[in-house]
Amino acid sequence: MNRLDHLFANKQADVLNVYFTAGYPELNDTVTIIRELADAGADLIEIGMPFSDPMADGETIQQSSMKALENGMTLDLLFEQIREARKHTQVPLVLMGYLNQLIQYGEQRFLDACAETGVDGLILPDLPVYEFEQHYKSMIEAAGLRTTFLITPNTSETRIRQIADLSDGFIYVVSSSSITGKSGKITPEQIAYFERINTLGLSNPRLIGFGISDSESFNTACQYANGAIIGSAFIRALGGGGEVGEICRTFVDKIKA
Amino acid sequence: MTKNIESEIAVDERGYYGKFGGAFIPEMLEGNIRELRESYLEISASPEFKKEFDALLKDYVGRPSPLYFAKRLSAHFGTNIYLKREDLNHTGAHKINNTIGQILVAQKLGKQRIIAETGAGQHGVATATVCALMGLKCIVYMGEVDIARQAPNVARMKMLGAEVRPATSGSKTLKDATNEAIRDWINNPDDTHYIIGSVVGPHPYPDMVARFQSVISEETKWQLQEQVGRDYPDAVIACVGGGSNAAGAYYHYLNDERVRLIAVEAAGLGVDSGESAATSVLGTEGIIHGSRTLLMQTEDGQIVEPYSISAGLDYPGIGPLHAHLIDSGRAEAISVTDEEALNAALFLSRTEGIIPALETAHAFAALNTMKYDKDDVLVVCLSGRGDKDLAAFTKYLNDLVTE
Repeated sequence: MNRLDHLFANKQADVLNVYFTAGYPELNDTVTIIRELADAGADLIEIGMPFSDPMADGETIQQSSMKALENGMTLDLLFEQIREARKHTQVPLVLMGYLNQLIQYGEQRFLDACAETGVDGLILPDLPVYEFEQHYKSMIEAAGLRTTFLITPNTSETRIRQIADLSDGFIYVVSSSSITGKSGKITPEQIAYFERINTLGLSNPRLIGFGISDSESFNTACQYANGAIIGSAFIRALGGGGEVGEICRTFVDKIKA
Repeated sequence: MTKNIESEIAVDERGYYGKFGGAFIPEMLEGNIRELRESYLEISASPEFKKEFDALLKDYVGRPSPLYFAKRLSAHFGTNIYLKREDLNHTGAHKINNTIGQILVAQKLGKQRIIAETGAGQHGVATATVCALMGLKCIVYMGEVDIARQAPNVARMKMLGAEVRPATSGSKTLKDATNEAIRDWINNPDDTHYIIGSVVGPHPYPDMVARFQSVISEETKWQLQEQVGRDYPDAVIACVGGGSNAAGAYYHYLNDERVRLIAVEAAGLGVDSGESAATSVLGTEGIIHGSRTLLMQTEDGQIVEPYSISAGLDYPGIGPLHAHLIDSGRAEAISVTDEEALNAALFLSRTEGIIPALETAHAFAALNTMKYDKDDVLVVCLSGRGDKDLAAFTKYLNDLVTE
């Protein structure tokens, strides 16, 4: 069974998804970070495939991507790291990246590597719904992977339903009209938006992301969805220096406190 | 005979030219892109828009730009060379044709704030100019490296009231300025219009920009009719970075097979030197800035930083229209090195008394390698003037003296 399906079948609330960039802060920290996050209680781990031109990401994640690329990160190495991590944990793993990376690596080759090493889902922010339906849906599903689409406060109900119909993956509810890395309190407008999504009766699990940075914002988000995604705040913690395992444990403990 | 443009080389409703184009954008941009896609054709076809656009092109930009028979240049090359003088436009390049069109679209959409990216600074200046003209707030993203090497244009933008924001990420050049502008748009989806300066980016930008630039070939047709008695040349020659002046110079000839389309790319220090921007040779299929096209990238899909002495051609991709034209064999690509471009700029200056932009100089250098007959009529798109490049020209002249 796909590990994402298994997770959401057994846990419908307070799902913690932590994002980090593969190859950051050091090239071979990936396996340690996956293990430590999973052991500390992260329910789901989103691994960023560093890209030179990450259009949908904020400055923090872009900087970590640049560093990871300077460190020598490649997709081949990432798949090796995931294979290694899979010896230690069955935590669901989702890869986040840009479509160009798949095209250049070879879409089928990429999906085969995902299936073989134990990846459970994909988030490709620049993959249009239409292209997914026409060219990618069947091959991604054949590889046993779930595809996650993003929705924003500006996404129409028709479009949300179209996305929900097309994909069995969890829906990434972008909390505001902005890029990742901003933090602050969740506003009444955002809560109204989350509540609107909840009235649609979608069967897909939903995780709120963008601007979730601490236990307060995590807990608030969890009241309106199955869980939430933390990215930039964790990257900043990793960038602060120190022992990577310790940073992972402390970070997850604080969020869950 | 001229065939129907709509049925031949033209964009489809999803923004594709053959297999190139589309709109590969994150959901955060979907609303803005949809608004533009659903309105750009209707707005630009309205009588009110056409009237304003035509009036501004005529009285503010100074169109029609002359089509000039370059007698001494023609004698030297032994053929008939006509120069489409976009360098004589207000602000000194073709870029203003597009910014006039887009600022009018932005106004119709009720936008109050304009953002743009710029490489050499010509598009930034053209955007700052139309924002001043319309009284709209203007923010131009420019790579830190380009800010240093294009100081006169930075000063012009500031003089015009624009804020120039340095792009400090990545390689700190045009592609990074574009990333920063896209981010700004994601963060300001309601009041902001993003004026892209070339035929790149997600649909509908490549088509919209090509349409606004198509005035170049529209004028060329009647000017040739007047001057040579037929409305088409044997070849149109234009430099291509993203490809906006080329798109405009080709536009009304795209489906006229009698006209050869010559796309001149920047080879930098040489196509195989590792310091080049010759995308049609070095590029492979992929996605850059929301468009499926040819781009320079590593085996792992990381976008490579190109190199050219010309900041306007220093872009790792190429507009999807041009990718399609080159891939299908409709256009011929020629690569020109820094050295060849500098030499061509000097030659044009001293043969015709016209100092071209470094970008434009690449198009002239192609005359040395391309094939033509003595009776041919060749149109070179003289896309911009060279004032901004005087530092590079001065250095070149000094080096010549030293040698």
